[in-house]
Amino acid sequence: MASPAETVTTTAAAEPIRVSVAPVAAATAGLASEKEEIAFDVRNFNMWYGQRQALIDVTMRIAARKVTAIIGPSGCGKSTFIRALNRMHDMTPGTRLEGSVKHFGNDLYGPDVDATVVRRRVGMVFQKSNPFPTMSIADNVLVGLRLNGVHDRAVLQARLEECLRMAALWDEVKDLLHRPGTSLSGGQQQRLCIARSLAVQPDTILMDEPCSALDPIATTKIEELIQTLRDQYTVVIVTHNMQQAARCSDRTAFFYMGRLIEFDDTRKIFTSPTNPQTEAYVSGRFG
Amino acid sequence: MEASPFLPTPQYARWRKWKSGAITGVLVACALAVIAPLFLVIYFLVARGSSSLDWNFFTQLPKPTGELGGGMANAIVGTVTLLTMAAAIGVPFGVFGGIYLAEYGSDRSNYWIRFAADVLNGVPSIVWGMVIYLILVVPFKGFSAYAGGIALGLMMVPLVMRTTEEVLVLVPQSYREAAMALGISRWKVITVIVVRTALKGIATGVIVALARIAGETAPLLFTALGNSFWSHNLKEPISALPLQIFAYGLSPYDDWHRQAWAGALVLMALILALNITVRILSRDRQSAP
Amino acid sequence: MTHYTEEMNRLKESMLNMASHAESAVTRAVRALVERDDLLAQAVMDDDNIIDQLEVDIDNLAMQLLTKAPVATDLRLTMVATKISQNLERIGDSAVTIARRSIELGTEPQLKPYVDIPRMATMSTEMLRDSITAFINREPEKARAVVPRDREVDNLNRQLHRELASFMVERPATISRCLNLMVISKCLERIADHATNVAEEVVYLYEAVDIRHSIRRSHED
Repeated sequence: MASPAETVTTTAAAEPIRVSVAPVAAATAGLASEKEEIAFDVRNFNMWYGQRQALIDVTMRIAARKVTAIIGPSGCGKSTFIRALNRMHDMTPGTRLEGSVKHFGNDLYGPDVDATVVRRRVGMVFQKSNPFPTMSIADNVLVGLRLNGVHDRAVLQARLEECLRMAALWDEVKDLLHRPGTSLSGGQQQRLCIARSLAVQPDTILMDEPCSALDPIATTKIEELIQTLRDQYTVVIVTHNMQQAARCSDRTAFFYMGRLIEFDDTRKIFTSPTNPQTEAYVSGRFG
Repeated sequence: MEASPFLPTPQYARWRKWKSGAITGVLVACALAVIAPLFLVIYFLVARGSSSLDWNFFTQLPKPTGELGGGMANAIVGTVTLLTMAAAIGVPFGVFGGIYLAEYGSDRSNYWIRFAADVLNGVPSIVWGMVIYLILVVPFKGFSAYAGGIALGLMMVPLVMRTTEEVLVLVPQSYREAAMALGISRWKVITVIVVRTALKGIATGVIVALARIAGETAPLLFTALGNSFWSHNLKEPISALPLQIFAYGLSPYDDWHRQAWAGALVLMALILALNITVRILSRDRQSAP
Repeated sequence: MTHYTEEMNRLKESMLNMASHAESAVTRAVRALVERDDLLAQAVMDDDNIIDQLEVDIDNLAMQLLTKAPVATDLRLTMVATKISQNLERIGDSAVTIARRSIELGTEPQLKPYVDIPRMATMSTEMLRDSITAFINREPEKARAVVPRDREVDNLNRQLHRELASFMVERPATISRCLNLMVISKCLERIADHATNVAEEVVYLYEAVDIRHSIRRSHED
């Protein structure tokens, strides 16, 4: 009796994978349905650094109060994209953009829009934690509030505890509030930065690879934190780590060479992505 | 047993050691040659001047020509006054100028501003004196403390501006970004976050500039002129330690010579004190993450 | 090729190896019945431990691959491998049962010429072979086509049961032989079920669609 196989086929990257997509049940339909509130409505968004185009015709709708992960290889534009969501590029000379970004229906780049107010609504946490070195832990958390005119002691104290609790840091630092912000460990510093962002009461937190400088335990704590934030805040997280995207997020967007290649429920992206480039990237075949 | 191929031969090892020692010796000698003048200066000042440091020196006015005794009280007060006036000009203009260079401005205009500041830093102090003479002494028909203070202050500005800028540039961009991301307005970011982080560095720059102009004599010759008596208001000429040392040093009187040494010692002590303050401030600075 | 890809390939090779052993076991067991060859039947029973070991190996390989956190197609392959190996192992067990019963049948004269049983065997093994071919060649449509064929095998089994039941009533002396044949028929029907399961897993692997239980298949009476 002949063996059914003489040679073994391999799923090498050279051979395109034929995935015939059967109709998928409505529960797993990827993009934000009409009933969901949209935090960011990005349409035909393009961005240039001088002559180089960093983002090409990006259109996506980021749902409110969900965690959206942005993955892609280095240089694909994910950091550029996330920084466009809170107008951080205003600080960089030579950037140019086209297209529209609407935040809960309001044009982010409108002619009369004050970028400072935008950034109060859309906060950001960076790759390397950066608590202000001249300030104590308490001052770090409250600096955003104080510099925006809030001076009531009671309010500040309440907010301090609230934000540190939300950042899962209160128990660890409640007796050390006067110590400088830089005296904490790396993971604690990052949570401090998150608490600092939360203090000004944003509706969105953007995270640009928040865990890449942290050890696995600190990373796990931050990921837990993201899950607790999800109910109240819209979270957009850029990550290099695909397992992290698979663990933490509801929706995942795959960027490559400045374009949005695929944007869908995380479960779908990691079990049966539609686009072969996405499949190749998440399976680790390039990147 | 064979020697390891990595070890040098005994002769070569000896030659290497001797050469190393010789070069170390030369370098140590050069370092000593640099430091030695400081010790010489201090030695001479202390040797010639310390004996004249008495209560009179610090409290009495200079005596008229020919009379023995007297002090440099007015010169010491004058120096302090002039430095205060200079700081009043040099610190705000210098620091804000430095902030402008570090945080605002375009690359092109900043290039030229920096160039101008660097040129000004190189202008000989006597030239400063002559220019201020023309502007503030001749039209007002008199030497004044104002002129002296302004001259010193203007000399301070480019110095403080450049040091401030350099310290601000060292503040990592991540702090600015973090502050901006909190929705804090730009100027508050700069004053509260950036400047506060760089504060020790800025203070250091100011003190170094003060130490430098404390000993400037040439500009004061054309502006403050000097005064044997107390100045009662700033529109009058004022005494200062460098001026007094200059006047006494050139005189033929031994009594005045010894007072000049004492004055020089006091001036040197002031400068040393400023420099030591700088060192202490630098040591206490929190390390940036 | 990375180590990871090599391991994936090893997994696939093991699956194909196991499938070939399972198919061979069924074919040989039925031949042992038809040719009344007790030695062949015994060989089938002895070789079953190879199939069992392969199931363990495949499960271990899959576990190892899971620690590398595969995603997308790799993830589906890992899951599908364990399911397919389980089904193949059951096919092997069914072949052993057929072999055992055929030895028993060999002690008595043959009842009648065997027609339906070899036909069911051919259909089942072809279903298995087509599923495996669909797996190798990435043809989920071919795997889908396997699923309805299970109904034919079920019908044949039911028909054979009815015939044998009435035979037993008329001629009580043939009861033990009829019962053995019924068991063998049942085994072949189950082999077809397992082959169908394999086909469904192949569809899931390549289409990410779960078609289990969605198409009505006739169950045992």
